[in-house]
Amino acid sequence: MHRCLKLPVALALILSAGTAAAADKPETLTIGITGFLSGPASVFGEPARAASEILLDDLNRAGGIGGVPVTAIWVDEGAGGEHVLSEYRRLVQDVGVDAMFASISSGNCKKVAPLAEDLRILNIMWDCGTQKIFEENSYRYVFRTQANATPEMLSTLLYLLKTRPDFETIAVVNQDYAWGRDSWHIFSTALRRLKPGVRVVAELFPKFGAPDFSTEISRLLALRPDVILSTSWGGDLDNFVRQSVQRGLTERSTFVLPLMESSLQRIGPDMPEGVIVGGRGDHYFLHPEFRDDDAFAAFVERYHAATGEYPIYPVFHIAQALAALQGAYERAIAGNDGAWPDREQVVDAMEGLEFRGLGRTVRIRDDHQGVEDQMIGVTRRDPAYGFAVMDHMMIFPGAEITTPAGMDSTAWLENLPESILEIPVETYRHAE
Amino acid sequence: MDPILLVLATLDGIAYAALVFLVAVGLTLIFGVMRILNVAHGGFYAIGAYAAASLVLSVSGADLNPWLTFPALLVAAGAVGAVLGLVIERGLLRHIYAKEEVLQLLVTFAAFMILEDVQRLVWGVQPYAATDPVRLLGTVEVMGIPYNAYQIILLPAIALLVLVGLRWFLRHTLSGKVITAVTEDRETAITVGIDARRVFTITFVIGAVLASLGGALASPTTAIQLGLGAEMIVLSFAVVATAGLGQVEGAALAALLIGLGRSFAVYLVPELDVLIPYMIMVLVLLVRPQGLFAVAEKRRI
Amino acid sequence: MRFVRFLPAVLVLAVALLPLAVPWLKIILTVALAKGLAVLGVVVLLRAGQVSFGHAMFFAASAYSAAFLMQGFGGMDLAVLLLAGMLCSGAMGAVIGLFVVRYRYIFFGMLNLAFSMVLYALLEKMFHVTGGSDGMAVGRPTYFGFELERTAFETALFYSSLVLAGAACWCVHRFLRSPLGEALSAIRTNETRLEYLGISARRVLLIAYVLSAALAGLGGAVIAVNQGVVTPDLGYWIRSGEFVFIAILGGAGNVLGAFAGALVYELVRFYAAAMAADVWQMILGFVLLGIILFASRGFVGLYQDLVAVAAPDRPGREREPKR
Repeated sequence: MHRCLKLPVALALILSAGTAAAADKPETLTIGITGFLSGPASVFGEPARAASEILLDDLNRAGGIGGVPVTAIWVDEGAGGEHVLSEYRRLVQDVGVDAMFASISSGNCKKVAPLAEDLRILNIMWDCGTQKIFEENSYRYVFRTQANATPEMLSTLLYLLKTRPDFETIAVVNQDYAWGRDSWHIFSTALRRLKPGVRVVAELFPKFGAPDFSTEISRLLALRPDVILSTSWGGDLDNFVRQSVQRGLTERSTFVLPLMESSLQRIGPDMPEGVIVGGRGDHYFLHPEFRDDDAFAAFVERYHAATGEYPIYPVFHIAQALAALQGAYERAIAGNDGAWPDREQVVDAMEGLEFRGLGRTVRIRDDHQGVEDQMIGVTRRDPAYGFAVMDHMMIFPGAEITTPAGMDSTAWLENLPESILEIPVETYRHAE
Repeated sequence: MDPILLVLATLDGIAYAALVFLVAVGLTLIFGVMRILNVAHGGFYAIGAYAAASLVLSVSGADLNPWLTFPALLVAAGAVGAVLGLVIERGLLRHIYAKEEVLQLLVTFAAFMILEDVQRLVWGVQPYAATDPVRLLGTVEVMGIPYNAYQIILLPAIALLVLVGLRWFLRHTLSGKVITAVTEDRETAITVGIDARRVFTITFVIGAVLASLGGALASPTTAIQLGLGAEMIVLSFAVVATAGLGQVEGAALAALLIGLGRSFAVYLVPELDVLIPYMIMVLVLLVRPQGLFAVAEKRRI
Repeated sequence: MRFVRFLPAVLVLAVALLPLAVPWLKIILTVALAKGLAVLGVVVLLRAGQVSFGHAMFFAASAYSAAFLMQGFGGMDLAVLLLAGMLCSGAMGAVIGLFVVRYRYIFFGMLNLAFSMVLYALLEKMFHVTGGSDGMAVGRPTYFGFELERTAFETALFYSSLVLAGAACWCVHRFLRSPLGEALSAIRTNETRLEYLGISARRVLLIAYVLSAALAGLGGAVIAVNQGVVTPDLGYWIRSGEFVFIAILGGAGNVLGAFAGALVYELVRFYAAAMAADVWQMILGFVLLGIILFASRGFVGLYQDLVAVAAPDRPGREREPKR
């Protein structure tokens, strides 16, 4: 027992030895990244971790950030919120990391945002989607390097309205937690505004992690809604799609699955054609604008060689977070006459920053929300891949579909201008 | 309620109940004989599911007759149940039969935690899906609604088979009678020369095989992912407690009650579906603490 | 070797001083103290030989009451939150206790589990009231009227929890030594004899149950404020199992063992999860197995053995009843 208590003291001494003083050019730049490495959401955390290793390797080979190599320490969000908060502190206060990337879970983002403010540490919310963070509070140290739930849902709805304008009934099957509830709230609010009169025939919120949707599917088969929306992800989405395919539900109703991009490879050849799918941004390993770009193709190839899979959206998100960090440092160095910036200068440089990860350029707004374009498409089979790919992809401009800074999403959606239906979008076909 | 929906909800409830019963019956059998509430049961279930999915995938991938996936499910379940059951009974439980009940329960809790990470280390974090058996059996239409034959015919049939088989085994074979004797009155059974340790081993292995059979049979219907065991074990507890500890037939009826309760909830009040099993459990325990089907004087643990 | 006898005092001092040397540790230590309070509740019932597999429900109920108070009044004092949390879970303990004290052993455990699962399912399902599985945020309360910054507040919370833990230990110790506490032990050894003495076992158990629910509630309020967020996981069955786990780890039925167990548990869990993310559950599982198989009297038992070895001739070394 005695020895157990001594352990943290000893560790703390060892770890604190690596802390560097601000504004001196450090030996290394250390970032802490929280992500799910266990539990159902590890389907997102593990690909992001694998990608971070490749990206950091590339970055460090090219000289790091301003000549300083970058290393990452991962924290498992699957070990629970208590653990994330404790580790967050340990990394900031003891290890002395230079920035934190947190997190995947919106719940954890809400917890760490005020903590980051108090600890005065640059925190990049690299994956979580809740739109409420910057609508309910404003922060100095917290930024989001991707879109949020509002543009993600709105682009999905716009795609549906453009491609299948005639539907009259809709049902929703979402996971029973904030994302499932909030995403439906956003989608349905916008739907009521843009196509009033659509009847919602079933709102089902099965338990998060439910293994079996048979009963829900029977009910939907009997109800025959024109459109079925599900913003589920991971094993839940896999199960819902597979079980729906097995019982012919996908033939009776149009499926709209805004997070399906991350499940396409797992579902494989079972995936029917004509399902509306998205990937929380312009995140797609066959991105129509970049697939022939050398750096992009090289990364996809390296990722595939390392993991046996093609990158999915969290890979793009972590790439954006890293690109933003690099961009902010370089901007701050430039603004500091080439000298190494202190932390506050880096935080200042984040505002208004434009950067490019693997997709299109993202801009950080004044309220620290990233403005990111959204890509939605429909599934189609291509014998070159053992799974469905995307076709008829539309890329929606982020600036048009993101809630304006300082506004509440619900209020904005309730008064959407009709003109939003006519915003210009580029359409791309799948190239065999 | 629309009569068509009534039929649909009933079918869904039966399919669900069949799976829950398979897991719960092993739990109740172990409790009846050994007086141990085996938390590791959830781990057996999950590993049975993972192993079955792996084996089915390798059969599907090996260009063999796809119908071989059915025996593959059974082989995986048998192997996982027998190995894990033996290792845990012989390696752990055997040393603590003399100790307090709570320690016995905690040992199975520790085994459950260890098995959680075993799944992670062996199968990783990506969900596994091996749906061939469901696909092979195809669908049957009931009132215009396609159902998987696997779920509404095969699973209930197997559950029924297990129920009838266990009844027959416990009443008409020597090993079964010995197990029943230990369940009814352990002290007397030992006095008349029954080797309780052997009975414990046999029972525990049968229980473990049933749990992993439940997992294996569930595997074609769902994606196998981490955290599967924790949910299943509380649900099985609910079934076992509702039925009465040690009640094999009771577990079948309680599973049906809970399965139907849940599926009707999805049709009528979808917001209540997760609550139903536990509400049933609380209500039953409040009225009949020994469970629906147990006789009160058996309460002698 | 006399050092051994001062070990508990040295340890308490070490825990009290540690956050001064390692500031980030206090958040973990506060969690350990909060869980220790809940474990103390489990220990009270263990004295009667009853194991509750649903005690996390009181932990969660109190944590949510703190969250609702903070939200409803837009701020509150820590003292009020702690008191309200205890009252809320104590009242809930009285109501649920009325039902569960009629049962013993496995039935007692299962009925507690059933109630806790109902609460868990409700917290998770009532999204519009409780925030569903994402839970509710808990702001920073005032500290006896003072508005504190984060660091100051956390330090204050840690030392308050330490004092609360000490007070709770003393109260429970006194309670267990009182006639009521002795009657509680009698439920475990011979309930029929107790009834012959004209003492209602159910009444005794109900009082203990309310006390134990209130203790869990105190812990729940501390953890809600410490984490700044409450989620249904606080009431999940695995959390209840954790409390029983810690009670056994520390030394079943021992008051100080509850906190020793909670501290070791939290530190092992934290370092295992940080250093060996793939296998932290497995490590905890093996620690538990090791304790049960080789030292089933827990840390307190180990300590008593150590004292016995250090001073074999000293009488009174077994002040705690040996089990």
